[in-house]
Amino acid sequence: MSEEKKTNRRDFIFTASYALGAVGVGATVWPLVDQMNPDASVKALASTEVDVSGVEVGQSITVLWRGKPVFIRRRTSEEIAKAKDVNLDDLPHPETDEDRAKNPEWLVMLGVCTHLGCVPLGDKGEYGGWFCPCHGSHYDTSGRIRKGPAPTNMEVPKYEFVNSNTIKIG
Amino acid sequence: MSDHEYTPKSKLGKWFNDRLPLLTLSNHLQEYPTPKNLNYWWTFGGILTFCLITQIITGLILAMHYVASADLAFGSVEHIMRDVNYGWLMRYVHANGASMFFLAVYIHIFRSLYYGSYKSPREVIWIIGMIIYFLMMATAFMGYVLPWGQMSFWGATVITNLFSAIPFVGESVTNWLWGGYAVDNPTLTRFYSLHYLFPFLIFGLVILHIWALHVPGNNNPIGIDLKKPSKDTVPFHPYIVIKDIFALLIFLIVFAFFVFYSPNILGHADNYIEANPLVTPAHIVPEWYLLPFYAILRSIPDKLFGVIAMFAAIFVLVILPWLDTSKVRSAIFRPLYKQFYWFLVADVLILGYVGAMPAEGLYLLVARIATAYYFLHFLVILPVLGAKEKTLDVPLSLTEPVLGGSTNEAIIKKKKEI
Repeated sequence: MSEEKKTNRRDFIFTASYALGAVGVGATVWPLVDQMNPDASVKALASTEVDVSGVEVGQSITVLWRGKPVFIRRRTSEEIAKAKDVNLDDLPHPETDEDRAKNPEWLVMLGVCTHLGCVPLGDKGEYGGWFCPCHGSHYDTSGRIRKGPAPTNMEVPKYEFVNSNTIKIG
Repeated sequence: MSDHEYTPKSKLGKWFNDRLPLLTLSNHLQEYPTPKNLNYWWTFGGILTFCLITQIITGLILAMHYVASADLAFGSVEHIMRDVNYGWLMRYVHANGASMFFLAVYIHIFRSLYYGSYKSPREVIWIIGMIIYFLMMATAFMGYVLPWGQMSFWGATVITNLFSAIPFVGESVTNWLWGGYAVDNPTLTRFYSLHYLFPFLIFGLVILHIWALHVPGNNNPIGIDLKKPSKDTVPFHPYIVIKDIFALLIFLIVFAFFVFYSPNILGHADNYIEANPLVTPAHIVPEWYLLPFYAILRSIPDKLFGVIAMFAAIFVLVILPWLDTSKVRSAIFRPLYKQFYWFLVADVLILGYVGAMPAEGLYLLVARIATAYYFLHFLVILPVLGAKEKTLDVPLSLTEPVLGGSTNEAIIKKKKEI
């Protein structure tokens, strides 16, 4: 063998075979991995329409959307005032109440604690909003995280008022 | 093992053994030289093998009657309990068997910690053991989800949500794990599939664990290297076999007590309520054997770092052979390590206790201190002890302290030279 290492035709063939082999293995493995992702029937349940005509001020209802609870709360004027009267600098995840509830009377959000996914309890906690019993996260009347291990505010899903009595989530 | 010479007596045996040396293996397992001073803490390897086989057999039977479907799973478990002949027995043995399995594995691990069994040349045995332990936790967790009760559902939700703490890809990873946007039927069916697979992976790893053990041979309470075979060893059969069976019988009394007299004491009443994705139980607790790690998770007020700390608590065990730098294996000859060992045992028990309590007030404070101490033990105390501790004189052989009575001249000389 030559004492100096030179790139020759054989090295090229090796590298090209490894590269092609890697692509082949990747292409074979992908279906095995992707089959675990949400399937077509799960994705098909992407939107839900909810009749909210029976919800009085101060009441909330919970509906199931994509297997997750969604809180729909018709807030009292005190709750709205409390949610608006917050210095954004005090929030771990700053968001204004206006951004979270386009129509301030109606707060629509995923009832899923952003820590580890439990369902928080309503009208509880130190900020008059929600309290997660699992690991002690406190949310305010806008569903924003105020205290505890949860990193972000409860998520507001995409939704719209189809008419004054019906909300379409998703 | 490789120097093992064995010729079967019968002609047929010789013919077969030349083609597949199974008889050589069986002879090796009988003759395998074992330290003669092994105490009863060494019987848990055999007990654990028994536990694994029990779980596989009862699990196989339960799988004949169980239906993995979000609509039918809960009902099928009740069907097993009420209708299937001896179904209650199979399920209670399987459910309590998991707890017994973990009880035995914790004793086995803490025995290893006390006598330094993880040290050179047994690091690979230890690491395989830790992989088995990790797979056991994954298997137990997925098995707990299958009855599809409230604790199953919310336990699964909380644990799978741990992965949502991963930056950027967390949400895609959790959706991938769930096969949807929340824990639901696809999650249940894949957990069932994996819960069926993992015990066989564990079984394979147990064979590697024993194979790796048979290369250097057992550690022993004195923790010294032995000549094998010698006056310090006895053949595995019948000496250790009988001792293991006796210990297993005692263990089975405890096992049977749980199965027949308090089969639900280690479970949670909420799991007899069918899973409801709209209501979280007031107080979610994992099974008792996961509580110390759960306490570590909750003691950190940040989601990502809580998850990292929990996995680090397991990983720190994997690298233990390199954290404990002391050349002396057994705690018997390490007066300081012996004390810190018991501090660690107490620390883990405290973590387990606060893991079962609500994460607030004094419990949270205790959990934080205990978590800090857990990492302090492995990352600071052990390396410092390895360098600073004055260890006692280690005997040269097992018979020496009994027959000789005097401390070994050679060792004293060596120490003086150093």
